[in-house]
Amino acid sequence: MITPVASGRRARERGGFRLGTGAVALLVPLLVAGIAIVLTWDSLLSVRQFGLRFWVNSTWDPVAGIFGAFPFIWGTLYSSLLALLLSTPIALGIAVFLSDLSPRPLRQPLVFLTELLAAIPSIVYGLWGIFVLVPAVRRIESLTPPWLRRLPLFEGPPLGVGLLAAGLILSVMVIPFTASVAREILKAVPANQREGAYALGATRWEAIRMALFYGRQGIMGAVMLGLGRALGETMAVTMVIGYAPRASLSLFAPQYTMAAVIANEFSEAADDLYLHALVEIGLVLFIITIVINTMSRLLIWRVGSERA
Amino acid sequence: MNEISIAPKPKTRRPGVPAAEEPMIEIDRLCLSYGDKPALKGISMRIAKNRVTAFIGPSGCGKSSLLRCLNRMNDLIDGVRITGAIRIAGTDIQGPAVDVTHLRKRVGMVFQKSNPFPKSIYDNVAYGPRILGVRSRSEIETQVESSLRSAALWDEVRDRLYESALRLSGGQQQRLCIARALAVEPEVLLMDEPCSALDPIATAKIEELMDELKVRYTIVVVTHNMQQAARASDYTGFLLLGELIEFKDTPALFTTPVDRRTEDYITGRFG
Repeated sequence: MITPVASGRRARERGGFRLGTGAVALLVPLLVAGIAIVLTWDSLLSVRQFGLRFWVNSTWDPVAGIFGAFPFIWGTLYSSLLALLLSTPIALGIAVFLSDLSPRPLRQPLVFLTELLAAIPSIVYGLWGIFVLVPAVRRIESLTPPWLRRLPLFEGPPLGVGLLAAGLILSVMVIPFTASVAREILKAVPANQREGAYALGATRWEAIRMALFYGRQGIMGAVMLGLGRALGETMAVTMVIGYAPRASLSLFAPQYTMAAVIANEFSEAADDLYLHALVEIGLVLFIITIVINTMSRLLIWRVGSERA
Repeated sequence: MNEISIAPKPKTRRPGVPAAEEPMIEIDRLCLSYGDKPALKGISMRIAKNRVTAFIGPSGCGKSSLLRCLNRMNDLIDGVRITGAIRIAGTDIQGPAVDVTHLRKRVGMVFQKSNPFPKSIYDNVAYGPRILGVRSRSEIETQVESSLRSAALWDEVRDRLYESALRLSGGQQQRLCIARALAVEPEVLLMDEPCSALDPIATAKIEELMDELKVRYTIVVVTHNMQQAARASDYTGFLLLGELIEFKDTPALFTTPVDRRTEDYITGRFG
């Protein structure tokens, strides 16, 4: 017979545990709300002065006191999407190799190296970007045939710094994240899925495709994780993007991102409006990040409910 | 049928099908080891065409390993070594020239746990024909319908072919997996404990199905349910510690086992 005394103590303990973890979990919404409030409060001057035009205005002139965030929004989205485009196939290739194809002795070292790549500080990527990537990009740009250079996508002098360099460095930084999460997903696909395909006469490639399909929801999550990282990445991009607040379609053009302009100009913002405009860029980045994350969540859920 | 001569190893019997039956699968001194752990020790047997053959035995006796040799599923596991010969309809399936994907098309398999793909019922059944290169829509449609009919599932799913296969019940999922295997028109159907996760009613349906399907296919089923072997199979082989102890027609094995170990097992004295 279990004594009611003991169960009472246990119930109290359980209640206390729930309360304690609940309080800690409550920190999360509080932090989000706190960040939103502080960002809004510290950008009030700029929000009042420019309103919604702040999002679409292309002029960034601290001397004249005119601030518009469009070039930075453009630069952030453009470089992140470019990074996503370049990194996703490579990361999925790495994940497939590591989960399905790699010889056993090679697997663990490669997994370790992939995860190590994710741990390199972004300033180190930035230095590598300046000394290796940017000269290489400049070489590629100057070797681009003139007829291609007339296209809007490749306009402008071969500077090396610019959107292409930013996209490349971002993709290098995003690959280890996407690859290791996608590998975990592929590893978690039940063996009977691949076996089921093999048993019907599938080739290795077809069985892998079945595994990718089974894990598609998680793989999309892995890609979105990469996108999230690319959107907020600051240091490395700042070092290679070229500081030009001009939205351009050209991959060769120096541009700017939201994170980069905050990092770069925060210490030299001489007046309150300038400072508030920079904080408002932070607010815009915050909102865009939330919107994109929510959208990807919804997308993942929709794929998930299709499956159920 | 070409005669195979098996030089009997000392002290091993040569269990086989009676002369009246035509063999579909001939296994000759098959040995298999995982690394240096032997799992099958010189199995020789012949499996009759258009019959249900059951492998029974306690866990770890090698019955699943033996089954998975027949469509070379063991290829997927690292460190497996196989010696001996397996001939299916006269061709050696271990040979280097054998196209494994083609072999697996000829030798279908149903697994212990039903494993439908996270796709619609239709797409599950159509998967096999599609990867084998069938492009014609109408051809695939016909194939899907006839496979689902053969698996006794058509009437239950005809109105919801485009729903997710994962919404089906466990028994329906297993019959879907049978339909999926049938859709590539195999000659042999391997079933690895196909009912171990099913309730008695679903089990009865699958057993009934096995009886219907053997008209067109050779069925090999692994089971650790002796009643199932007794009910549903024509021949039964009893395996123990990687050896084929006794193999003959099912009523004889269950009523007049010759080997002491077989008797102990089927009377429930161990296992």
